[in-house]
Amino acid sequence: MIAFIIRRLLQSVIVMIAVAAVSFALFRFVGDPIYSMLGQEASISDREELRDRLGLNDPIVVQFARFLGNAAQGDFGISYRLQMPVAELILQRLPATMELALVSATLAFVTGLGLGVYTALRRRGILSNIIMTASLIGVSLPTFLIGVLLIWVFAVELRWLPSNGRGAVVQIGNWWTTGFLTTSGRLALILPAITLGLYQMTLIMRLVRAELLEVLRTDYIKFARARGLSARAVNFGHALKNTLVPVITITGLQLGSIIAFAIITETVFNWPGVGALFINSVRFVDVPVMSAYLMMIALIFVVINLIVDLLYYAVDPRLRVDRAARSH
Amino acid sequence: MTGAMTDPLLSVRDLVVEFPTRRGTLRALDRVSFDIMPGEVLGMVGESGAGKSITGASIIGLIEPPGRIAGGEIRLKGERIDNLRPEAMRKVRGRRIGMVFQDPLTSLNPLYTVAQQLIETIRTHMDVSEAEARKRAVALLDRVGIPAAARRIDDYPHHFSGGMRQRVVIALALCAEPELVIADEPTTALDVSVQSQIIEVLKDICAERGAAVMLITHDMGVIAETADRVAVLYAGRMAEIGPVREVITDALHPYTAGLMGSIPTLTQESDRLVQIPGAMPRLHAIPPGCAFNPRCEKAFAPCRETRPELMDRGNGREVACWLYDTVATGGMRNA
Ligand SMILES: Nc1ncnc2c1ncn2[C@@H]1O[C@H](COP(=O)(O)OP(=O)(O)O)[C@@H](O)[C@H]1O
Ligand code: SF4
Ligand SMILES: [Mg+2]
Repeated sequence: MIAFIIRRLLQSVIVMIAVAAVSFALFRFVGDPIYSMLGQEASISDREELRDRLGLNDPIVVQFARFLGNAAQGDFGISYRLQMPVAELILQRLPATMELALVSATLAFVTGLGLGVYTALRRRGILSNIIMTASLIGVSLPTFLIGVLLIWVFAVELRWLPSNGRGAVVQIGNWWTTGFLTTSGRLALILPAITLGLYQMTLIMRLVRAELLEVLRTDYIKFARARGLSARAVNFGHALKNTLVPVITITGLQLGSIIAFAIITETVFNWPGVGALFINSVRFVDVPVMSAYLMMIALIFVVINLIVDLLYYAVDPRLRVDRAARSH
Repeated sequence: MTGAMTDPLLSVRDLVVEFPTRRGTLRALDRVSFDIMPGEVLGMVGESGAGKSITGASIIGLIEPPGRIAGGEIRLKGERIDNLRPEAMRKVRGRRIGMVFQDPLTSLNPLYTVAQQLIETIRTHMDVSEAEARKRAVALLDRVGIPAAARRIDDYPHHFSGGMRQRVVIALALCAEPELVIADEPTTALDVSVQSQIIEVLKDICAERGAAVMLITHDMGVIAETADRVAVLYAGRMAEIGPVREVITDALHPYTAGLMGSIPTLTQESDRLVQIPGAMPRLHAIPPGCAFNPRCEKAFAPCRETRPELMDRGNGREVACWLYDTVATGGMRNA
């Protein structure tokens, strides 16, 4: 178990270094940082001095090592556009994105699982067919279109829900602002969370359904039925647990995509999160922000992957033995 | 022993099972009838696709939709079980009729320990405490031949070999003390070296508990050693049924005779049962008259027109073949 965790941690570090290399290349070679910082009017000697001060004349390996060291301490430099430390900028906006992603992911997972189980167990039911057809539409509509449709119906026509921003937020500690504690904050979350989570929900639902149908055909389910276990024990105790392994994997990866896809939703709903920050930084070629965002997303994926692997391990006893056997 | 005096434990009468398909309705079982006496071992043989598994599935009420029982009746101790409501039938499964499937590697849920699966099954059917259920489970595992049962019971299925897993499966099928155990090719998926041990364990433990067994198998050798009576199924119909010794030494049905002719080669290769030329017809192409007539050397006129019904030949023997119908054979002689 320990060996397994250490191995996975090492793999994660390697992945992060690879992403850092890409980030660094972006930082170092896209546009000229000196140019971006000093503007066009600066003299050549000013430029050289800054170049020296920033260490841009050092060997590339030394520069990369420094970049890594700084990144590991959360230092991604100064935003060209906003003249603030990038880390601070991201931290400011991270709570908005995280809360949105959390609500979306929970929504996607809970309803996806519920509907997936329902449509698998009531395979021939009318409602199941309606849900399956609707889910096809959900999968094929682009996110921004869903967002715009929701805004049109619930914000513009019905005027039930806000479509712009986070509502009122409450400061918690130094770094966190939350929308969960105010009514306007909670209402503001609804439409963006649905928009962001809908695709993932339909994906999870279809996956759960397919996996569950597959498991329901297995011999051990037939045998469980032949032993007279109740339908509930068979469907939920025996079958559902066996669908969890693949579902955990995909769901974990989906959570990563939810954060990555937040870019579109945040833009549509004018949501003050990191996705919107990233879009603006692209527009202004604000390279430090772009490279920091890239590394943040990579870190999130790596951490989620790690958690997924550990969950696997908790659910499936066969993995535990294989590892133990191999380590002997 | 007491023979005809006792009432049958299980009685299947004119059982018809159909599968609606796009190309019409398939009859997987066509008026199958047989009895199983309390405590006896009934062997059931037939080529792959003859309907053996479907027979087992109908008895335990687990035919997969859209398949359905379209006729006949199944009685357990005189009470009909083919039309029970789902919840009532669930209480029959495991508790009164146990089932052992073919492949022990896939029969056990990989995510639960053997103890969890046994205890769950016992407590589903019997009002006992967790500790009591565990005690019974350990005793049963010990009885089916799992070494160090008290310790091994907390292992997961993948810790056991194929033969050991089939012992666990047998323990699971028997843990709620059913009166009848249906074993559907319980050794086909196993290594040849452990097959006879598994059959022996199954037979002995059922004998101890007075449970009857319906033993489905390809292996005539196993039937000869294990069964009290044997039923021969062909294309979803009963060809012959009778005491195992008589059927083996003096088969009445030409198909059975062909099967028995192939016993010696069976000890090695138990998969190909039949040396009779030709193949069993597919369900949508069963010929009129006797289903066996295109392959039968002894076929004569009535065989191609009318299906022969099971006829009582005395001494507990029954056969479905026109050769034993005095009117039909008389007609042939006259012709
Ligand atoms: N789900 C199904 N749909 C259609 N036909 C089926 C289905 N299951 C079984 N059958 C048919 O029923 C017949 C008997 O099958 P089975 O009882 O499994 O044979 P076996 O004697 O080999 O156990 C076969 O011809 C098979 O094609
Ligand atoms: S009924 Fe006719 S075809 Fe069928 S087994 Fe008897 S003799 Fe052969
Ligand atoms: Mg079969």
